[in-house]
Amino acid sequence: MDFITDTLAVFPSLIGAVPIVLQLAAGAMILALVLGLLVALARISQFKVLRAIAVFFVEVIRGTPLLVQLVYIFFVLPSIGIAIDPIPAGILGLGLNYAAYLSEVFRSAILSVESGQTEAALSLGYTPTKALWKVVIPQSFVVSLGPIGNYFIAMVKDTALTSVIAVTEILKTANILNSQTFQTTEIYTAAAILYLMLSLPLSRIVVLLERKARSRG
Amino acid sequence: MADNTIITVKDVHKTFVSEAKQSLWDRFRGKTHEVKRVEVLKGVNLEVAPSETVVILGSSGSGKSTLLRCINKLETIDAGRIYVHGHMIGYREQNGELVAERASVTAKKRTDVGMVFQHFNLFLNKTALGNVMAPLRDIKNFSAADARIKAVHHLEMVGLGDKLDNYPSKLSGGQKQRVAIARALAMEPAVMLFDEPTSALDPELVGEVLAVIKRIAQEGTTMVIVTHEMQFAREIATRIVVMDQGLIVEEGPPELIFTNPQHDKTRALLSRSGTSPQASES
Repeated sequence: MDFITDTLAVFPSLIGAVPIVLQLAAGAMILALVLGLLVALARISQFKVLRAIAVFFVEVIRGTPLLVQLVYIFFVLPSIGIAIDPIPAGILGLGLNYAAYLSEVFRSAILSVESGQTEAALSLGYTPTKALWKVVIPQSFVVSLGPIGNYFIAMVKDTALTSVIAVTEILKTANILNSQTFQTTEIYTAAAILYLMLSLPLSRIVVLLERKARSRG
Repeated sequence: MADNTIITVKDVHKTFVSEAKQSLWDRFRGKTHEVKRVEVLKGVNLEVAPSETVVILGSSGSGKSTLLRCINKLETIDAGRIYVHGHMIGYREQNGELVAERASVTAKKRTDVGMVFQHFNLFLNKTALGNVMAPLRDIKNFSAADARIKAVHHLEMVGLGDKLDNYPSKLSGGQKQRVAIARALAMEPAVMLFDEPTSALDPELVGEVLAVIKRIAQEGTTMVIVTHEMQFAREIATRIVVMDQGLIVEEGPPELIFTNPQHDKTRALLSRSGTSPQASES
């Protein structure tokens, strides 16, 4: 019984880190959504240069570990005069990384909207750009909702990686506690349960959102 | 070009170019790249006057759908000129050459041409009402209230006043096509193009769509229809145009075409559909 009470006793000190996790995840997700959509549009653009830049970005990001990217942003960029505080650095790293993955989600979602609808829009007097924004993108967003939700849940868990760049999120807080009390089992069990408590309701919300989006149309 | 024509198609040529799929093995062996060329329009001339109902007949691959799509600049052309209401569509002329015009300029001209597609092409995330309202709001800048009134009016005209809030997934094929017709008509185009509007429908749903098209024609809307429905063509057309292998081979009033076809291709088409008693396949 000691184990359970000791584990429970750890929670209050860890819960203080939850707002930081949410701040990281929310900030990075907004960055990833905006940048991901831009990269997706660049990839289907008629301009070769834009396409090349987008492909390069996606390949570099997907070809290197997120942990390395975070370390690079926080420890290497200062050497060329770009010093970023831990939390903004975490948001930037997570955001760039997930933008690459989300851009692929958006790209396939955009391509999944049948071209007939674009033709209909054009024949009604939409410009190609207007047809994209008014007809195709709203629909591809609905298609993307499920994958976006899953990536968001993954991102909440990946915020743990920012512990290596001095963000005092849940894992970092747990590390600090551990070095003070050495209640290793209790502390990391509590941390794991806390992540679970964050991601379980989120995946439930994703399922509900998806169901709601599909019930229309 | 007469002043009052709505559509003028002058000596239009169109070739589809497709790069043949090449296997990795072929590329290793350095086999040269194959390019397939199919000339679908080989110099087509057509004029459509106000209130005319022109029906284009022809077997598949004759170029009739492509011609219709060119009139709306959904396809590019290689040579020739297409005018809608006296304005060249999709291109401007520079030293006698065709130069593609800005997309926004083409878009503006397209509002003069309504198009109905074989596969309806409704916006799947919008209700019947939303489909008709969207272009009024987005292109004609109607207020929500005005767009709604106009959209309801046009949906009632095609007999769908009770389906306003249905999404396309909750409509039959015939109902979807009628929504598509209402959506195009609400923009008040000078001419309506129908690209095989009943080809994707179950036989029992064809009638309701043809009835709507017929009523619109009787109201004096100018239209060009590509169809395989011979009986319908005969009833509705003021002029029949027969295409074969990228050319117009025969045209005239329906009585003449159906009772006294001159071209072999026309005779073959009519006999295949069983519309013309004296036609013989020869």
